[in-house]
Amino acid sequence: MDNLEQLVAQATADFGAATEPAKLEEAKARYLGKDGSLTVLLKGLGKLPPEEKKRAGAAINIAKQAVESALAARRDALKQSQLEAQLASESLDITLPGRGQSRGALHPVTRSLERIEQLFRSIGFEVADGPEIEGDWHNFTALNTPEKHPARSMHDTFYLLDAQGRVQEDVLLRTHTSPVQIRYMQAHVERYKHLDTMPEIRIIAPGRVYRVDSDATHSPMFHQVEGLWVGEHVSFADLKGVVADFLRRFFESDDLKVRFRPSFFPFTEPSAEIDVAFMSGALEGRWLEIAGCGMVHPNVLRFGGIDPEKYTGFAFGMGPDRLTMLRYGINDLRLFFEGDLRFLSQFQ
Amino acid sequence: MQFPESWLRALVNPPLSTDELCHLLTMAGLEVEERRAAAADFSNVVVARVLSVEKHPDADKLKLCKVDAGAHGQLQIVCGAPNVAPDMRVPCALVGAKLPGIEIRKAKVRGIESFGMLCSQRELGLSDDHGGLMALPDDAPIGADIREYLNLDDTLITLKLTPNRADCQSLIGIAREVAALTGAPLTLPAIDPVAKTIDDTRGIVLDAPEACPRYCGRIVRGVNAKAPTPDWMKQRIERCGIRSISALVDVTNYVMLELGQPLHAFDDAQLAGAIHVRMPKAGEQLLLLNEQTVTPTADTALIADEQKPLALAGIMGGEHSGINDATTDLFLESAFFTPTAIAGKARALGFSSDASHRYERGVDFELQRRAIERATQLIVDICGGPSTRVGPVTEAVSPEHLPKRAPVRLRSARTVKVLGIPLSADQIGKLLAGLGTKVERQGDDFIVTPPSHRFDMEIEEDLIEEIARLHGYDNIPAPPPTAQSAMLPLPEARRGPMAVRHLLAERGYFEVVTFSFVEAAWEADFAGNANPVTLANPIASQMGVMRTTLLGGLVAVLAANRKRQTERVRIFEIGRIFRRDGAGQPVAGFDQPLRIGGLWAGPVVPEQWGVPTRHVDFFDIKGDLEALFAGQALAFEQLAHPALHPGRAAKVSLGGTPIGFVGELHPQWVQKYELGSPPVVFEIDLAAWLAQPMPVYREVSRFPAVTRDLAMTVAKEQPFAPLLSAFRSVAPDIVQEIRLFDVYQGKGLPDGQKSVAFRIVMQDTERTLEDQDVEAVVAKLIGVAVEQFGGALRS
Repeated sequence: MDNLEQLVAQATADFGAATEPAKLEEAKARYLGKDGSLTVLLKGLGKLPPEEKKRAGAAINIAKQAVESALAARRDALKQSQLEAQLASESLDITLPGRGQSRGALHPVTRSLERIEQLFRSIGFEVADGPEIEGDWHNFTALNTPEKHPARSMHDTFYLLDAQGRVQEDVLLRTHTSPVQIRYMQAHVERYKHLDTMPEIRIIAPGRVYRVDSDATHSPMFHQVEGLWVGEHVSFADLKGVVADFLRRFFESDDLKVRFRPSFFPFTEPSAEIDVAFMSGALEGRWLEIAGCGMVHPNVLRFGGIDPEKYTGFAFGMGPDRLTMLRYGINDLRLFFEGDLRFLSQFQ
Repeated sequence: MQFPESWLRALVNPPLSTDELCHLLTMAGLEVEERRAAAADFSNVVVARVLSVEKHPDADKLKLCKVDAGAHGQLQIVCGAPNVAPDMRVPCALVGAKLPGIEIRKAKVRGIESFGMLCSQRELGLSDDHGGLMALPDDAPIGADIREYLNLDDTLITLKLTPNRADCQSLIGIAREVAALTGAPLTLPAIDPVAKTIDDTRGIVLDAPEACPRYCGRIVRGVNAKAPTPDWMKQRIERCGIRSISALVDVTNYVMLELGQPLHAFDDAQLAGAIHVRMPKAGEQLLLLNEQTVTPTADTALIADEQKPLALAGIMGGEHSGINDATTDLFLESAFFTPTAIAGKARALGFSSDASHRYERGVDFELQRRAIERATQLIVDICGGPSTRVGPVTEAVSPEHLPKRAPVRLRSARTVKVLGIPLSADQIGKLLAGLGTKVERQGDDFIVTPPSHRFDMEIEEDLIEEIARLHGYDNIPAPPPTAQSAMLPLPEARRGPMAVRHLLAERGYFEVVTFSFVEAAWEADFAGNANPVTLANPIASQMGVMRTTLLGGLVAVLAANRKRQTERVRIFEIGRIFRRDGAGQPVAGFDQPLRIGGLWAGPVVPEQWGVPTRHVDFFDIKGDLEALFAGQALAFEQLAHPALHPGRAAKVSLGGTPIGFVGELHPQWVQKYELGSPPVVFEIDLAAWLAQPMPVYREVSRFPAVTRDLAMTVAKEQPFAPLLSAFRSVAPDIVQEIRLFDVYQGKGLPDGQKSVAFRIVMQDTERTLEDQDVEAVVAKLIGVAVEQFGGALRS
């Protein structure tokens, strides 16, 4: 029996010495093959007397099972190390950059406009739109601008030539988004003319506007956002509440200082300029003019088809270009219109 | 309007610091745009008298001076100024004085000790004058601190006045406002009428009373036009930013600044007969004081005598009738010109004047007589002498043409409604009292008669604004508003423009914003448009016409980025284009739709390892368009477009309506605009994208799908789309999908042929498909390809 134990130990050692499958199969053949030592022992059983045959057979079978299990274990171990070697050889430099397309981005001013739209939408303002070639009636007259107001001159406002090359005095490039107020009021009144009291008007109107002005801080084309709220109980205090709330949300600064300063616009009364002052950063403590606003002038409401005795409203106009510059610390307005990808790619 | 704080405080002196005063003005709507010290910060500079001047022994340009600095003793000072002379009184910086940028110490200058410095205006930061020492008057008190003596501890305040506040274009006006806001008493200058000493007058005829409803004139004889302007007056007008010219001119400016009434002094010797305020005769010309000869337009009123025009009424005097050093007899004008008669006139002539600036905003129409008396008083005081004689004031007035001051009703309830603050009628009454005008109370209403100096109180809102201002905008709360809170509509079949921006950005595009006005050449090149909508007054010729395509701006952005060595450019813009269109709405004559334009140039993917570089082509950008319209079938047809490569351009349609184009930029523009590799571009109507079809549900099959591949050879020129649509039109319902998976031409195919390979997916919702079902479909498709397109099954 010692022989059998030795044999098992020898087989296990031989299997362990085999470092690749072929060598393991060779080793297996030495024990379990046709002429393998265990096979020979089994074959030799027939020559033994029956009792001894039974005993020896059982012992040989145990040894055989031990050898087989040693073989299986070694096979698994070899397979495992083979797999490990393969995986090791497949490993990547995972620090290399990923492949594929790149992403673009919205223009920084559009990015601001989207935030502005979302903030105002959250208190029920819809987005309205209007033409950029606009009639002088909508741009000036209906906004209570006197006939000889300097803003109407060709020093300030872009006019167009007609097909014959003459200056066409009744159309222009809109100088502000305020004409959208008039267009929206008229449409709203028409839509709800069957009602005694029309629903409130709450809109903002972002868009491009044009003025004859070009230097480091003025672009002949720039953006504006108009806001309008008309209803039966809309007051100057509401205007202050809405605009101050908006500015604090837009700049995400609860301690932003906001001040309303009396001013003058033909289309609002009372009118105010809105200044803000940041409590930190490069512009800390400086009052910065950011928007104009006021209660819609009764003449403007009338031009919009609305009875100023029954309804009041406020309007504001602000420059998203300037808001964007303040928000991100951009120091040159012209960058917005140059399409320099080194600039635009900073707003992903 | 610039003025020195000291002048304002002489009229009204509330217990406020300079800071507080400026804040008060700003918050009352008189925005303090700028404030600065009248002089730079310096100390220890006193009035000194030069006792002696000797040449410096070792320096040609330097002088050795002895000066008397009063209590500070006699000092030896080395000085290089050319104008230093004995007996002169000058500012002397003592040892220890701190001047702008320099501290004065005892020093040796070329071996001679110097105990201070004699100063120029520039060294004291008073002006840029560095031509020599600042000469002080002979009565300047020796030893006195120069800051006190020259009243230098003063602040120059500049107000940015809104056009409605013409009444604050004067010191009196600002003082009146400060008094109303603070309750501090107002000290107005005493204006006593100057009694006539002669009866000389000139007739005054208002031929154009609508332009000039009031005109006061007066003759003053025997004045000394060479008399010096007193220092106090000179200082005040200079600190208002007006140059001192001569005593007579300075007086007219002083009164204008003080009271707000522009005045004009004519040389009486140059006038002939009565004064007429009239409209110009055809072709009449006038040489103005600014040496500009003008031919006034028919609606520009003139001041004229019986022979010639003298001045542009309310705008500027004429050169020939103006006063000069030799003038002895004056004709003084103090008139009211209506704002509409003056508005825009000076601007149209290319200049502005202090007078026109005030008249076009509105001058107090009851001020003329007071102003002419004030001016006479000052002229007599300053330029008068024993032979001076004063004529009576002649006033011509057309009462029906004077502005009206109709009473305005202010309702307390309306004020509360508009402002949103609970003001009582009593509070409103108190605030109105500050206006210094006639107010009558009727219950809770007030009847306010606006004062003649206010041109901005015509309706109730004007008064509500006054209430808000006087109450203080800061004192109006800013609560979150209450509102009707119906939900906003959210139509599913419509997307917003922001959504397409995000889609494009996700696909790698950067949004740009370019000008709506472009070079005429861009319109010709990229739109074939020889007759664009043209600006009458462009900023520059390259911004002269309105675009009908976004391509110009996109190409320009590409070119600019190429110049900055950016090879890969993928950009889009959403903006309006502008076409003449008789049926255009909402502005008649113009169609101005919003468009989405895209441009892609350079490698398909950013340069990266492991991916071969391939330049973008037509199908890449076409793929982007198809992705934008995912779920909808775009149709593409061959297109001839001036901007595009003739063989690589397509018209894009959706549901049978053309919505735009896509293609590769024409090589001639690639070359002309120096773009390097050719970009691919698209432009489509934004409106077409915003409308989005509602999803339509179709049953999902539980039975297995069968796939067959079908490769057909057809003529090389055969477009793919008709083949596909022919397949689709005959395919039975079980065909779920017909997909192109390969196009091949070349080896193994007959000349002039290409192979197109389709994958056909078939599935039934009711049963498992049998072979015969599938084969029937394939046979049908092959039949179509063979019969309609001359195709053959590829072997």
